[in-house]
Amino acid sequence: MAITSQPSADGQELTIFIQGRFDFGAHQEFRDAYERVNITPKRYVVDLQGATYLDSSALGMLLLLRDHAGGERAQIRLIHCSPDVRKILSISNFEQLFHIA
Amino acid sequence: MQSTLCILIAEDSPADRMLLATIVGRQGYRVLTAGNGLEAIMIFARERPHMVLMDALMPVMDGFEAARRIKQMAGEELVPIIFLTSLTESEALVQCLEVGGDDFIAKPYNSVILDAKIKAMDRLRRLQATVLEQRDLIARHNEHLLNEQRVAKAVFDKVAHSGCLNAPNIRYLQSPYALFNGDLLLAAFKPSGGMHVLLGDFTGHGLPAAIGAMPLAEVFYSMTAKGYSLAEILREMNAKLKRILPVGVFCCAVMLNLSFQRRVVEVWNGGLPDGYLRRGSSGERIPLRSRHLPLGILDASCFDDRYEIYPMEAGDRIFLLSDGVLEACNLGGESFGEERLLKVFDLNRQPDLLFGEIQQALSDFRGEAQDDVSLIEVSLMEEGQLPHSPLIFSDTGQNSPLDWSISFEFRAETLKRFNPLPYLLQLLLEVQELRVQGSVLYTVLAELYSNALEHGVMGLDSSLKRDAQGFAEYYRERRTRLANLSDGYVRFHLDLRPEGEGGRLSIRVEDSGPGFDVQRMLERHASAEHLSGRGLRLVRQLADCCSWAPDGRSVCVEFSWPARHNPTDRPLVQE
Repeated sequence: MAITSQPSADGQELTIFIQGRFDFGAHQEFRDAYERVNITPKRYVVDLQGATYLDSSALGMLLLLRDHAGGERAQIRLIHCSPDVRKILSISNFEQLFHIA
Repeated sequence: MQSTLCILIAEDSPADRMLLATIVGRQGYRVLTAGNGLEAIMIFARERPHMVLMDALMPVMDGFEAARRIKQMAGEELVPIIFLTSLTESEALVQCLEVGGDDFIAKPYNSVILDAKIKAMDRLRRLQATVLEQRDLIARHNEHLLNEQRVAKAVFDKVAHSGCLNAPNIRYLQSPYALFNGDLLLAAFKPSGGMHVLLGDFTGHGLPAAIGAMPLAEVFYSMTAKGYSLAEILREMNAKLKRILPVGVFCCAVMLNLSFQRRVVEVWNGGLPDGYLRRGSSGERIPLRSRHLPLGILDASCFDDRYEIYPMEAGDRIFLLSDGVLEACNLGGESFGEERLLKVFDLNRQPDLLFGEIQQALSDFRGEAQDDVSLIEVSLMEEGQLPHSPLIFSDTGQNSPLDWSISFEFRAETLKRFNPLPYLLQLLLEVQELRVQGSVLYTVLAELYSNALEHGVMGLDSSLKRDAQGFAEYYRERRTRLANLSDGYVRFHLDLRPEGEGGRLSIRVEDSGPGFDVQRMLERHASAEHLSGRGLRLVRQLADCCSWAPDGRSVCVEFSWPARHNPTDRPLVQE
């Protein structure tokens, strides 16, 4: 499990990259990825290209990010979702809360 | 506080012994001395020194034997033994280590090296002590935690299993560790005789999941018992979880409302895999899809309580499952998946065996029993097969008023979003004598209310419900008309009077609709086996007396009971 984050050049957007299993074990790393940055981004992107697995704890972590990013006002895109990941997001109806691509 | 290091020197030569004691003592350590192995173990037993400098060759008992015994006495604690030796054959040096020695130092002594070795051994000794201390601490914490979980589970089992999962129309499979994988299975009879069923799956495991399960179960049971509807219970559960759970913890859930009299099931799925309604006659399989976010995420104002309604016949079955079923892994790391599950459905020939076949397929696939699946099958029961379970009351009030009447008028805006039934029921159940009839009263009130609202106020034609398609159409239309309702009313007139030693309740329900041809409707319903019309027949069976106003705009039912000190249990359902 490796989670890294990368701010955009203008500091408006933070991209969080997920590698490997996205489950409860990633909890602290995921939080660090958006809490320990020096910028205050307006938008967030979660890049799930490297995510091999996603469980309900991961959904909970996405909700934590959403809360951190302003709740109802949060702008978060989930990108590079594999069909499996997409299915889990869609059963939970998370497309109501996140932009999923 | 770290006490001064105490070192035992075992050396048979008095000169060597004194020399060594002087060197070691000068470093600031406390020194004990012994002249042979036997003396060394006696002093060790008495004084428990931290470390031993041991001559290999001594009279009475040599250092090898003494080292063995000291190590034995020390047990898990590390008491480093450094052999003092003039031996040079490597075999003898190896023996020093084999009997449990930790190091050796050759005579004559170099005080600098000796001190360095003592320090190194002391570090090892303290490391070992720390490891042991932490191990014991972890063991204690773990024991504590397990105990807490046992208590939590005992409490939880009482809450979660006070329902009716053992009803004859339910089969279920739930791991004994269900609490700690966050799965929750609840079922309860409604006052009207139908049933609410909930399968929930909390994020996370263990105590955090159990903590959310308790209030969820309480809301489920108490609101079901009071006659609240599926939508109202879902709203309350969502609001409660949203309020008490931290962000990121939520509950995926499917909730069913089965109405055995009306032969329908209402389904709300938020976040669980597809459940299935399987038709007994055709084997047709209707997926019960997740169309909502799980409970505990959305604010009450955004929560969506829309549900689907399906007609249900005897022989139809509903299957609900937690994602543990689909994610169950075999030894190769492959998961069971939807395709395998549906194949079991397709291959099934005897509907009665299907639940067992799914269980079998799962355990064949996984090889050995694992523990994180929840699976439930619910079927319809014939009216009268189920007891109208008596409602539970916390008080046993003796005096209740018997001579009063009250009228309510619920107008359009209220009809849109308020369910008056639990309130009316609560009011009537203040009357001690009516309590034994609580479920009958509820059923009658519910039937009269929905008739007044649907056919009277909204003008829906129940003959639409003659087949499954018309049935869906009926409920779509009902939803639309209700949302657009701008005028109309339903009135309830409740009247209680003492009568001899007992009493009589009359309920009149009136609506703003145009009325209907009472005689024709009664004749039609008497013959046809429709998806509609069961309600009125039921009301006539349950009430002592039932009559329509000639204009078809109001209906009156009566219940009477004998003297209070001799309450007779009248049959709850009269055939």
